[in-house]
Amino acid sequence: MSAVHGLDLKLENVTKVYPGVVALNDVSLQIKAGEVVGLLGENGAGKSTLMKILGGLIAPTSGHITLDGQQFDRFDVKESQQAGIAFVHQELNVFDNMDVAANIFLGREKVRGLFRLADHKAMKELAQPLLDRIGARFRPDTPVSTLSLAERQLLEIAKALSMNARLVIMDEPTSSLTLSETNMLLKVIADLKGQGIAVVYISHRLSEVEECADRAVVLRDGVKVGVLERDELTHDAMIHMMIGRDLKALYTPPALPATKPVLAVKNLSIKSKPDRPASFELMGGEILGVAGLIGAGRTALAEAIFGVGEKLDGEILVDGVEVKVNTPADAIAAGLYLVPEDRKRSGLILDFPTLENVTMANLSAFTSRGLVSQKRQIEVAEIQRDALAIKTRDVRRAANEMSGGNQQKVVLAKWLSMDPKVIIFDEPTRGIDVGAKAEIYGLMRSLADHGVGVMMISSDMEEVIGVSDRIFVMKDGAITGELPRLKFSESNVLNLAVGKILEEA
Amino acid sequence: MQKKDIGLGILIIVVGAIVYMRNPLFLSPINLGNTANLIGLFGLFAIGQGFVIMTGGIDLSVGSVIALLGVLFVDMVGKFGVPWPIAVAITVGLGVLIGLAHGILITRFKLQPFVVTLCGLLIYRGIARGYTAESTAGFPFGSSYPQLEWLTIGRSFGVPHSFLAMLIVAAIMWVVLHHTVFGRHLCAVGKNEEAARFSGINTRFVTITAYVICAVLASIAAIYFAMFTKSVQPSSHGNFYELYAIAAAVLGGCSLRGGEGSVIGIVLGAVLLQELQNLVNLLGIPSSLNFAVMGTVILLGVLADQQFATYRNRKNTERALGLLQKQ
Repeated sequence: MSAVHGLDLKLENVTKVYPGVVALNDVSLQIKAGEVVGLLGENGAGKSTLMKILGGLIAPTSGHITLDGQQFDRFDVKESQQAGIAFVHQELNVFDNMDVAANIFLGREKVRGLFRLADHKAMKELAQPLLDRIGARFRPDTPVSTLSLAERQLLEIAKALSMNARLVIMDEPTSSLTLSETNMLLKVIADLKGQGIAVVYISHRLSEVEECADRAVVLRDGVKVGVLERDELTHDAMIHMMIGRDLKALYTPPALPATKPVLAVKNLSIKSKPDRPASFELMGGEILGVAGLIGAGRTALAEAIFGVGEKLDGEILVDGVEVKVNTPADAIAAGLYLVPEDRKRSGLILDFPTLENVTMANLSAFTSRGLVSQKRQIEVAEIQRDALAIKTRDVRRAANEMSGGNQQKVVLAKWLSMDPKVIIFDEPTRGIDVGAKAEIYGLMRSLADHGVGVMMISSDMEEVIGVSDRIFVMKDGAITGELPRLKFSESNVLNLAVGKILEEA
Repeated sequence: MQKKDIGLGILIIVVGAIVYMRNPLFLSPINLGNTANLIGLFGLFAIGQGFVIMTGGIDLSVGSVIALLGVLFVDMVGKFGVPWPIAVAITVGLGVLIGLAHGILITRFKLQPFVVTLCGLLIYRGIARGYTAESTAGFPFGSSYPQLEWLTIGRSFGVPHSFLAMLIVAAIMWVVLHHTVFGRHLCAVGKNEEAARFSGINTRFVTITAYVICAVLASIAAIYFAMFTKSVQPSSHGNFYELYAIAAAVLGGCSLRGGEGSVIGIVLGAVLLQELQNLVNLLGIPSSLNFAVMGTVILLGVLADQQFATYRNRKNTERALGLLQKQ
């Protein structure tokens, strides 16, 4: 692998105008070899437009790009690749029916012989040093289907390196990663930096940007509102710049003290971890955070409670009465609702209108003489739209026209239109921007204040610590510890998550 | 009425006008009556196929079901003297069982619909041929069943009762699909089974019911076909009919990916298919080219529809993008 040429990339006064909208307005940006630049902004601030210009997918309306002293009015995809710009996308583009080497060289396979057969051996040999460079522990012939999300991300980075990348753009790379995986990725970024490779790091997780970036560029409504240098990179400064106002401190204490347990789970065991039963109680009026590494069984526990996953044994009590939950319908009948992790796959039907999504779980309530009344569906959907401030003009429009935050509110609206006793949120703000996050937290708190038991599974440390009244931590399917608000700290959560016992303080 | 249905309706009228100009016999009462009869027969089971396709599945066994149940129905009534209402009940009951078997294999045993119903196609056809030892099942000479015949092959004011039966079924299924909880759930399951499950919908029940509806409509069609042909030749009766049904459903706007479709569309699809058959006959095109004409028109129709959809989507995306950026 040849040494990386020094990169000097400048975007100068770049403006992108769409019919009726200015997506980027006079934005300038410079990236040099070995720099890590954080790119911040709420959804719709212009981050993706900027990245698409760098990737050669769209042309700027005005302004230009200077690469190593050479000026371009625009990039095309090929020029972008030749410049050594590579993307690691939020939604990973890996093929899990192939091995690691085949993924790295997909579309650029090494071939040999008269018949140009794929040269698997050569590709594996070429892949190994790339994997070594980023400290990956898997091998070129490892099937991708066995890799974790974090390892797949490393694979994408290795692929970028194989194309002699000089600039790696990472779009929300940690949104599906656990803490330890995130830390590993941050270490890889530091390594890349050491090798002279520049990184643009787009994330909603400000603490990560704080940790890895040399400076952060903040966009708002298509305008560059400011640059924060390394020593100015603080949480508050970033949030302030991104939304143009201070966010209230995340935590709002409950209005009323927690009352009685609305949900009690006793010795619940699931098929994948049969010998690790979990027991806990959830009080009405509290927000219970559930922390842990990915694979700790948090989602499996939530799904078992909701009747999706297969549960082996154990009892579930709602308001002190045992309920038999074998299907989601049983859970829903008991007032136990789940806002699932993968909103687009399990939370809603994207192609369906908002009104259908909101009323889907409870459609029989909208019938008269066996026929569904759309008028009543619309009424209820509009009530929910107004109550949750869902941004849509018309509840008959499909959910896929909305932003992630609004889609999440539609999932929530589905349950709020019924009679919740317990709502389990699984990664409620994944891929949602800061402003919408605050709204979701506000909704969770107001639910709790109305006596609902709120359980929140989250891998976002700020979120778990900032929003919960109490946290329990899981490891390998069992609950390894519980923290009252007074003992909240990143290290306490992390220690429990990896199975260490806390020292009594 | 969806936009797609209107487009299909216009296509039917245009094709009809062309055929009429070339051969005015097209609009003669005899031709219209015969075509309406065929539309009724094929429309009956095409509607069932549409329901299955809307779950994202497929039923390849329809033609064989029509052959097997046709043979059994003819034998029950003609050979064993079973009173026809009881024979009808048994035939429809067998349809229910077949649909249940398909549905359970697909949902509980997680087999692919294509595989399950392909096996069904082979099994039912094989049983029909084995049971009759390849001989044609027919009614005894001179036998007559006035009520049954009135219901199936009779006509009122020139309108064949098979066509009326199809219209009644279509009206019921239209209400079921578009206005009942089950119909909404069916679309939800077809579009995104997981999200449907997470909303507490009993997705297995919905899917099984779709296969039962399909097989039951096929069993009713089997009775109509048996009465129409009067004899059932087990190796050829109903051959390829599943493909007619799939073609009608796809023409009618059902997506093979599931979650989309309309009953009106399926009926119009069945109308267009029979119109094309009729076109081949009336315009003196060699009947050996029948399938080629049908295939070409379906291909063009689906292609045109796809182009419109792409255009519409692009417009929608642009508008949504504009809105997002304004926010």
